[in-house]
Amino acid sequence: MITIRAIINTANPFSLLLGHTQTQTQAHARVSECEMFAVENGLQGDPRLKAISDAIRVIPHFPKTGIMFQDITTLLLDPVAFKHVVDIFVDRYKHMNISLVAGVEARGFIFGPPIALAIGAKFIPLRKPGKLPGKVISEEYELEYGRDRLEMSVEAVKADERALVIDDLVATGGTLSASISLLERAGAEVVECACVVGLPKFKGQCKLKGKPLYVLVEPSQFDDLTL
Amino acid sequence: MSGNKEEEDPRIHGIKTKIRVVPDFPKKGIMFQDITTVLLDPKAFKDTIDLFVERYRDKNISVVAGIEARGFLFGPPIALAIGAKFVPLRKPKKLPGETIFEEYELEYGNDRLEMHIGAVEAGDRALVVDDLIATGGTLCAAINLLERVGAEVVECACVIELPELQGRQRLKGKPLCMLVEYR
Repeated sequence: MITIRAIINTANPFSLLLGHTQTQTQAHARVSECEMFAVENGLQGDPRLKAISDAIRVIPHFPKTGIMFQDITTLLLDPVAFKHVVDIFVDRYKHMNISLVAGVEARGFIFGPPIALAIGAKFIPLRKPGKLPGKVISEEYELEYGRDRLEMSVEAVKADERALVIDDLVATGGTLSASISLLERAGAEVVECACVVGLPKFKGQCKLKGKPLYVLVEPSQFDDLTL
Repeated sequence: MSGNKEEEDPRIHGIKTKIRVVPDFPKKGIMFQDITTVLLDPKAFKDTIDLFVERYRDKNISVVAGIEARGFLFGPPIALAIGAKFVPLRKPKKLPGETIFEEYELEYGNDRLEMHIGAVEAGDRALVVDDLIATGGTLCAAINLLERVGAEVVECACVIELPELQGRQRLKGKPLCMLVEYR
């Protein structure tokens, strides 16, 4: 069973990317209070988490050298593991009075709708610029080099809706922060952000605007590749 | 579902009324069929998925292939309900690892659809899902990708068909199931 402590003591792919020493990684991981891993929130020992983690494939040096890409498409090829992901999120959110699930393009479109359907909530796609018709609002966010924008249909959200934001993975939190901003600007209350995989926050700052972040598993390691 | 009016399931009318038509998007002259308004109505969205699931659950479908990006909204819920794999068919350079690609024509120029090698196996029975069929170019590329790795494409499923563009004729003889026509 993987815990946060175990991740600190093994080679962390994200810290290797940044050239951090292990000590720096430990310091950053301790400072970060933003992520809640499922294993520490009532799902300790749940065998579904291992099945989910095992189903995620690591592709080294994609999209560029140094990045250990967490590929969830192999999870989607395993109907049992894919269903576990949805079931765990649905069990968590079905009694939280969520009226709206917002999914980040494009992999958030894969996990968000099944959750929305099961809990009886609306689904709203958060998209790259120019894709959504009608009236939209947009929010810029930073990439490693440069900036990008996320758009949301302004007519899709009513004031005081309770929203959940979904994406496959959280790295720096930039995209999720932009998502939170869009929903709040439209008057919704963001209850939580949820991701299948979460990378430890190397910067030690919470970029999620005070909103809790719920993550199922930590990054799979390349040596643990089972495929 | 794609048959004549007498057979139309009562849920289809509810779905059709939720589709928003946006004129001149993304450019002048195009009447854009916006399905995001269907997703805003939990009952209409559920009915859409249920209609497809009821049709496919006993057809031994082992893989649902969804076309980026709006095929990702409908494909996974269908796949989960029928116990099939879900395979995303993506724009170039989005999928990590080894892929194959198929080119298809746009109004001006070409584009490509990619699929992971190893995701679909010979003998898999496949369903292709997208929100809408227009000219059928993208769906044809999807069929080609699946057939190249030895899968059998059982059917293509779309929420909306634009029948005047005759996309149905470009599916290599594969049947199309759609819920709503827009003329």
